[in-house]
Amino acid sequence: MRRTVAAVLRKELRLELRAPQAVPAMALFSVTTLVVFHFALQRGQVDGDLAAGVLWVTLLFAAMLGTSRLFVADHEEGGLDGFLLAPVDRTALLVAKALALLGFLAAVEVVAVPAFALLLLGPTPDPGAVAALVLVLLLADAGVAIIGTLVSALAVQTRARDLIVPLLALPLLIPVVIAAARATTPLFLAGGSEAVPARWLAILGLYDLVFGLLAYAVFDYLVED
Amino acid sequence: MVAAAPAIELAGLTRRYGERVALQDVTLTLPAGATLVVFGPNGAGKSTLLRVLATLLRPHAGTARVLGHALPEEGWAVRGRIGLLGHAPLLYRDLSGRENLAFHARLHGVGLERATALIEQVGLSARADDKVHTYSRGMVQRLAVCRAVLHDPEVLLLDEPRANLDPAAAGLVEPLIGAASGRTRIVTSHDPAGGLAEADLALGLRAGRADLVAAAGELDAARIGALYR
Repeated sequence: MRRTVAAVLRKELRLELRAPQAVPAMALFSVTTLVVFHFALQRGQVDGDLAAGVLWVTLLFAAMLGTSRLFVADHEEGGLDGFLLAPVDRTALLVAKALALLGFLAAVEVVAVPAFALLLLGPTPDPGAVAALVLVLLLADAGVAIIGTLVSALAVQTRARDLIVPLLALPLLIPVVIAAARATTPLFLAGGSEAVPARWLAILGLYDLVFGLLAYAVFDYLVED
Repeated sequence: MVAAAPAIELAGLTRRYGERVALQDVTLTLPAGATLVVFGPNGAGKSTLLRVLATLLRPHAGTARVLGHALPEEGWAVRGRIGLLGHAPLLYRDLSGRENLAFHARLHGVGLERATALIEQVGLSARADDKVHTYSRGMVQRLAVCRAVLHDPEVLLLDEPRANLDPAAAGLVEPLIGAASGRTRIVTSHDPAGGLAEADLALGLRAGRADLVAAAGELDAARIGALYR
């Protein structure tokens, strides 16, 4: 399966590099949303739970853009049929797509998080808080990538995929947003703790695990006729 | 007719799209190494038949066996032994021809040298590193032929395989997908004379039903032409 995952992942990254669509759209959306928040909140700086909420809502909606487009090239150009005709474990497609989406989210966050710090965040996080934030981002991104891949595979078969992806994914991702926001709130407080509440990290990890297993169980049925 | 074990066995095969019946009660047996040519007007169910045999669509009634394996239950056993050349080339437009074949070669566990040899055989070496969206339709079709035979399949499912090909290009792909390839072939065609010339068995579909199933030698172009009236 590793060989198949590597082949599909390489193809995904090559297509995104060759004809960038998801990452630029997500990054642009994130920065634009943060600018809008900057003016709409009518305050130069935010901290604590408000800062965490602004960051996670922005990243979540940006993720919807990438999720909507995850299977579009495969569907429109017949690549999905090409994959289904091959004698390979179809779970490899789930893993490769989720890893690709995870990579896209990480690339967007390299732009969006500094933009958030610049435009909105009041307290300057110390290196310990930044490391803790990276951990929370990783766990939350994994959840978004797994659920996003699952929903995208389902929605691509329909004509209204741009509508269906957020309608299905956002409710499923509410626990991820709650846990991620709660986990990052102390990091965005002036003189706040560098320690992320372990309970929320555990919830994120558990949610990732549950949806990872669920996706593994049902993905075959989603991509088959 | 070639005397050999059946490669394809259909019994009462039926497939619907919602309420619409695309294939109904199709029954036939095709020996290994033989060629079945499927005739029928647009929407008769030809492409649906190929997609069922390719394991991409499930039969809704009846049975379909490919290379001795029942579909869809044993579809895993025949994937990789089937090559599908459909209306869609199953190629990524933003990858080059070589990259597309390399991707499929990795999925099928085939060496990249096979992809290179096929590209050369169909005359695409000079354009192999160009993106597919810069290819003409004929070039895309040639590359799609390479993709379909990359893993040396035992059964070829060919949906109007010579569409978009000029005579020279058709000649280039003939050893790969023609009768001389030695593979079991199911070919759709709208050319009664040309189709019968390469067929061992002919199937005429009309509105999803098998209007005729007969050895090619027992038919003439006029009988096939009647399917379209």
